[in-house]
Amino acid sequence: MSEFSLYLLQQLINGLTIGSTYALIAIGYTMVYGIIGMINFAHGEIYMIGSYITFIVIAGLMSMGIVSLPIILIIALVVAMFMASTYGWAVERVAYRPLRGTNRLIPLISAIGMSIFLQNAVGISQGFRDVALPPMVSGGWAFGNPADFEVTVSYMQVIIFAVTFVTMTLLTLFISKSRMGRACRACAEDLGMTNLLGINTNKVIALTFIIGAALAAIAGLLLGLYYGVVNPFVGFIAGLKAFTAAVLGGIGSIPGAVLGGLILGVTEAMTAAFFPSEYKDVVAFGLLITILLFRPSGLLGKPEIEKV
Amino acid sequence: MTTNKFYNAIFAAGITLILACLMIGVKLDTSGTQLAVKGATTAQWTWIGGGIAIVFLSQLFTNQIDALFRMIPKPSISTMLPEEKKMATLKPWLIAGAIVIMVIWPFMVSRGSVDLATLTLIYIMLGLGLNIVVGLAGLLDLGFVAFYAVGAYTYALLSQYFGLSFWVCLPISAGMAALFGFILGFPVLRLRGDYLAIVTLGFGEIIRILLNNWTEVTGGPSGISGIAKPTLFGLEFTRKAKGGEDAMTFHDYFNLDYSSSYKVIFLYLIAILLVCIVIYVINRLMRMPIGRAWEALREDEIACRSLGLNRTAIKLSAFTLGASTAGFAGAFFSARQGFISPESFIFIESAIILAIVVLGGMGSQMGIILAAIVMTILPELAREFSEYRMLLFGLLMVLMMRWRPDGLIPTKRPQLELKQ
Repeated sequence: MSEFSLYLLQQLINGLTIGSTYALIAIGYTMVYGIIGMINFAHGEIYMIGSYITFIVIAGLMSMGIVSLPIILIIALVVAMFMASTYGWAVERVAYRPLRGTNRLIPLISAIGMSIFLQNAVGISQGFRDVALPPMVSGGWAFGNPADFEVTVSYMQVIIFAVTFVTMTLLTLFISKSRMGRACRACAEDLGMTNLLGINTNKVIALTFIIGAALAAIAGLLLGLYYGVVNPFVGFIAGLKAFTAAVLGGIGSIPGAVLGGLILGVTEAMTAAFFPSEYKDVVAFGLLITILLFRPSGLLGKPEIEKV
Repeated sequence: MTTNKFYNAIFAAGITLILACLMIGVKLDTSGTQLAVKGATTAQWTWIGGGIAIVFLSQLFTNQIDALFRMIPKPSISTMLPEEKKMATLKPWLIAGAIVIMVIWPFMVSRGSVDLATLTLIYIMLGLGLNIVVGLAGLLDLGFVAFYAVGAYTYALLSQYFGLSFWVCLPISAGMAALFGFILGFPVLRLRGDYLAIVTLGFGEIIRILLNNWTEVTGGPSGISGIAKPTLFGLEFTRKAKGGEDAMTFHDYFNLDYSSSYKVIFLYLIAILLVCIVIYVINRLMRMPIGRAWEALREDEIACRSLGLNRTAIKLSAFTLGASTAGFAGAFFSARQGFISPESFIFIESAIILAIVVLGGMGSQMGIILAAIVMTILPELAREFSEYRMLLFGLLMVLMMRWRPDGLIPTKRPQLELKQ
């Protein structure tokens, strides 16, 4: 293969890596939107908190003298998912549940307030500056001729793909097979009717926030390790990107969120390959606007039927 | 029932403990070469314990606390105002009085408070502009700050490169922001509410990124400095006139001693003038068919369409007018600051403006003015806890939405109810 196509291949791999983590965050948005029809504005902050917890757990375990990498990562993953879910649940309880049934703008504003609050609370307690972690997983495979261009797939990227794939499979199984998953789908179809049929919709809504937060925490762990840096403001832009991914794929649809995340990640990586990397956000939002113009319900979304 | 309550309280206390662990319990220590974790001090654990106790007790005694709160009478502003008939005759006098007080006031107070008042007036303008879009037309715009930035940069660039004066640039800035609003609104206004929110949010980011990176024109992150201040019919407010041979300064012309507070007061008066213009225009518009159409569209889109209203044209007019108000405010902002950079136009500004509109009670102009005053003066008062300022701001937004979702002054709309 020529040097140029190898370069593109490398960008494609990088794009898919980032894209799969966007997909993980986007699922949180899409599930919440699918059920209560609201943007969970504080979701990006949950992702950021997931990253912080990962860093804290890793630093704590290392100072305790535990060096085995798999053990550290698994403990970090479990703790991050648990803590982030707690935060997700608390956000729903404080900023959404008391406001259900009011004007649509009201919960959105309270969620924006929640997002500002969490950002600053983490900033005040953990410091507003970047926190860096030495690379935990290094190395990778290289393909191609070292003389002109080598395509590398780092172990970290492999971990990201693997974890994302396993998580998505588990989630799909949960949604399609389990009793709670069926309740989730029923709520997305018609919340009021599901309630009438004797399903505790409050529980289901809380559950979607918890699942979304747990997935965001996984993304926080993966991206935190991938970049090695975290600060209290990473949640905002990541949340925005993930929401873009969710809308791109058709909000409310889980496969759509995955597809949207991957497309967004690849688009960004390709943009960064040809233009200064600052413009990749511009292209991402430009893509969003273009898609919405020609397919307002997203790639895999169902067109909305207007009810009188 | 009591055991249930007890269980709830324990559960809430446990959640609080988990939440507090990250925020206060542990801290990442970056001072060494290796990342380490520090535990909290005893004092901090006491705080956490106190917080948990409060949550536990408040959950245990929710009913009693609720009953206590219900005993506090809720003040209602509408009952404090005189009757409508009296109000109609009083109103012009009240407005005239308010304007007179606003004009005389700056001559009696310190420079700092006049400056703060000018800032408040800018936020009032922005709030009124966003109110057209969000409050009246019901379109959720999360990137309002983009139009503010467009207005500010239009004036800054025109004055920098072409030396145009503030008064010429003011309408141009408003027009430019309106043009951007039109270009963005034309394709996206067909979208549903939440999509619109996210597209405008993205647009706000695009504008900020472009301003940050288009270094040749906008100066990039370092911004534009030395923007010309407004003049009074050509009279400058500097110590020495800069504008060539026949330029004069304000204090020379009137044979006064030079004082920098003239400039501050002058800017304040311009702001008052601009706010009055904006309020007047919006008030007129609200009573025109187009204004009625905005509100009708917000209430029921399908009904409006079946009555033959052009949905796109109505939404677009609201969006464009809101944007032009932001452009107006932006031009004034850059003239007042004399320096602008993309830092001033971040998302948090959009959130603050939106919070002003919602806090004021969507659609109510008096409410928005009050909310803008609250939102700009409260952070100034909280200067001492500057670290906690944004934290408190976020918390306030959540609490306000829970306790007064209709805003400080809810809008009163004339309504007729069919009694059966």
